[in-house]
Amino acid sequence: MMRLELVKRPQRSALFSMLSPFIAFALTIIAGAIMFALLGVNPLNAFHIYFIEPISQVWQLHELAIKAAPLILIAVGLSVCYKANIWNIGAEGQFIFGAIFGSIIPVLFPQFEGPLVLPLMLLLGMVGGAAYAAIPALLKTRFSTNEILTSLMLVYVAQLFLDWLVRGPWRDPQGHGFPQTIQFGDSAVLPELMPDAGRANWGFVFALVAAVLIWILMGRMLKGFEVRVLGSSPRAGRFAGFGLNRMVFFAFLLSGALAGLAGISEVSGAIGQLQPVISPGYGFTAIIVAFLGRLNPLGIVAAGLVLALTYLGGEAVQSALGISDKVARVFQGMLLFFVLGCDTLIHYRIRLIGLALTKQEAPAKLEAAPKLKEAR
Amino acid sequence: MSANHDGANLLEVRGLTKIFGTLTACDHIDLNIAKGEIHALLGENGAGKSTLVKMLFGSLEPNSGEIFWNGQAVRITSPGVAKKLGIGMVFQHFSLFEALTAAENIALSLDDGSPISSIAAKARALSYSYGLPLDPESLVGDLSVGERQRIEIIRCLLQTPQLIILDEPTSVLTPQEADKLFETLERLRAEGKSILYISHRLEEVKRICDRATVLRHGKVVGHCNPREETASSLARMMVGSEVQAVVRAPVEGIETAQPLLEIRGLGRKPATPFSIPLKNISLNVRAGEVIGIAGVAGNGQGEFFESVSGEVLQQDAASVRIRGKDAGGLTITGRRLLGAAFVPEERLGHGAAPRMKLSENLLLSRHATDGKAFVGTGGMVKSGAVYAASQRIIEAMDVRKSAPDPEAAALSGGNLQKFIVGRELDRRPSVMVVNQPTWGVDAGAAAHIRQALIELSRSGSAVLVISQDLDELFEISDAIAVMHNGELSKPMPIAEATFEKVGLLMGGAEPGHAEHTLETA
Repeated sequence: MMRLELVKRPQRSALFSMLSPFIAFALTIIAGAIMFALLGVNPLNAFHIYFIEPISQVWQLHELAIKAAPLILIAVGLSVCYKANIWNIGAEGQFIFGAIFGSIIPVLFPQFEGPLVLPLMLLLGMVGGAAYAAIPALLKTRFSTNEILTSLMLVYVAQLFLDWLVRGPWRDPQGHGFPQTIQFGDSAVLPELMPDAGRANWGFVFALVAAVLIWILMGRMLKGFEVRVLGSSPRAGRFAGFGLNRMVFFAFLLSGALAGLAGISEVSGAIGQLQPVISPGYGFTAIIVAFLGRLNPLGIVAAGLVLALTYLGGEAVQSALGISDKVARVFQGMLLFFVLGCDTLIHYRIRLIGLALTKQEAPAKLEAAPKLKEAR
Repeated sequence: MSANHDGANLLEVRGLTKIFGTLTACDHIDLNIAKGEIHALLGENGAGKSTLVKMLFGSLEPNSGEIFWNGQAVRITSPGVAKKLGIGMVFQHFSLFEALTAAENIALSLDDGSPISSIAAKARALSYSYGLPLDPESLVGDLSVGERQRIEIIRCLLQTPQLIILDEPTSVLTPQEADKLFETLERLRAEGKSILYISHRLEEVKRICDRATVLRHGKVVGHCNPREETASSLARMMVGSEVQAVVRAPVEGIETAQPLLEIRGLGRKPATPFSIPLKNISLNVRAGEVIGIAGVAGNGQGEFFESVSGEVLQQDAASVRIRGKDAGGLTITGRRLLGAAFVPEERLGHGAAPRMKLSENLLLSRHATDGKAFVGTGGMVKSGAVYAASQRIIEAMDVRKSAPDPEAAALSGGNLQKFIVGRELDRRPSVMVVNQPTWGVDAGAAAHIRQALIELSRSGSAVLVISQDLDELFEISDAIAVMHNGELSKPMPIAEATFEKVGLLMGGAEPGHAEHTLETA
């Protein structure tokens, strides 16, 4: 008889900190292969269609960038929240409100054109996302409500509000009754980076710039230090003179603004108008991206590309093999599950112990009891 | 009263070893406890005392070695097994539910399912017969620390143990309460029960213990009769070398020195049902002096520290004044900028962020006061300057560590405390407020920290030290005030202060609340 034991490491392992996303990815592939086999398709063939084909041509890489841009933008913002131990789950709603605020100009003032339009739209998008994120921040600091619940529930409010807008007051009068706004004018459309090669727009550049800026903020600046202290030991943070309530607002407003920027970029770039559904769940998938990227902005860029691929792959297997594109959600879910599971390896070693030896060879059994709080 | 040495050994331990990773916490420990003796287990923090008794009480399993109980080899695999054998334990950190009554807490640990009322009656009878009066109906949250310890002891005695293990029992008691406890222990010995008494207080070990086993770095370094030893010979066995005595030169003309920290009528309502309200505290700390605040744990010291440090703000801005300026409305950062420095009681999670490097922990308390040196334009941290400063502190305070810039949690308690104190000393603060400067710190490091605090005061700063360790306060203070139940007594000049006077105040015997008469009186 053998048994497994978790033994707490004295220090977090730098090696597994780096390896764990890769182990998680490998486990996802194995579980995915089983899933494809159960669905009755050849796993190797399915993987080729899922992971290789969608990125085998240049225009497809552009599609990848389009999908990755909002994921990265949102996830770097969320990484600041999560490092501060503040749980913003409502990026999807902030994304939608960014899109709505940014669309005020092209929808309500379509005659206003010129080079100022786009910057104003982007700014309004950030304001919209930040304002919407301020609601759970205010509720948390004022009434100690749980921000996980409030920010999540506000997602549904935002979705229904957008639905009502495009069916009601903002509906295109010439749109034959379709629930959508008018097409944005030329000066309200986010330009493509290389129109000859593919559709990728400036949103991807915003994402990369945001990732670098947040990386500097978190690693090099006093504000980032404040985020990490308050997140890891709030009492030490208070001793340092950092205010927890100020931090709640900072984290929510920053992540809300970035989600809002992602929202308006998506609408003005990839879609070109408001419609009832403008996101295939970017705000939620970005949570996976943030964790897969180890809450490190540069890791998030890589993770964003991987998760973007799961979307493209989902579409590809649907058209090629007739499997539901919900398979993308399954892959995303498995990936998050395995990432969180593999994080255990950062704080714990696994020991394989033969029962006959346990009496002599099982030191630190008490120490081994997983302290989940610490492991987080 | 002499020990019953000729009787058979109640407990014999042979070669008991416990390994945690690369650390051998207990290395082939041999120990005999005779029937009817009080046996001291001496050793510094980290010597392996706690690990040893945890193995005896079944909460840790040894890697090797044997335990004999009444001559029979036994395996103590759980606390339940230990209790069945007749081993009882009173822990240093109590495991009581504050919202339950004493009797309910006792009932929780007995698994015989008898009704609370009968347990309460038994506990009451037992407590009076041992001279530890206890009201089983009282809520634990309302009780003093000394009374809570009684619950633990009664809970242990109700299981009629043959061997009682007491872990640092007097660390939470006033000298008078400790006397009371010693009477009880002597009574138990007279009944033929054995007691394993863990302590690092040498005087009390000399006073009540029949034999002593001394541990150092996980090994037994000697067995002795403490009555035949001196406190310094015991200390030498524990530490392995002479401990440098702290030198405190008397200060002159302190009456005319300028008060740098003034506390005037400071009050605070309780923040939670179980925290202590502060009542009208007034105190001046002048340039050049060390004022000590004594008191049994849980009498408002934590609340007082938070109020002085600015982690909690005051309504009345003049209730805390630093260098002549009203600071009651200032945050901890504002108070630091006035020249004050603070060292809280908890090292990990309060004074330092456990998972952050030492250099980052330096920034923790000094990002504002040393803003120019450590933070550049646009809020960029000058990590080179921070690292250099942290290395300077590590050297000045002789902080021992395994890596150039390790995480705070990787340091031993004493070394981390040296760093945290050094971090503030390095600023040359004009006001220094320290809560429990050497709690859980080994003797050598403690002497170092105490000397540094005295030197800071002699260089013209005001130093306020809150401590539960009376020996420490008598060593370093120029005057001692006592905190009891959220009130602070007038500081007593060290020349007039005695253990007895301070102890009486710790028990609450101050003019004004004489109804708290002491049982020893």
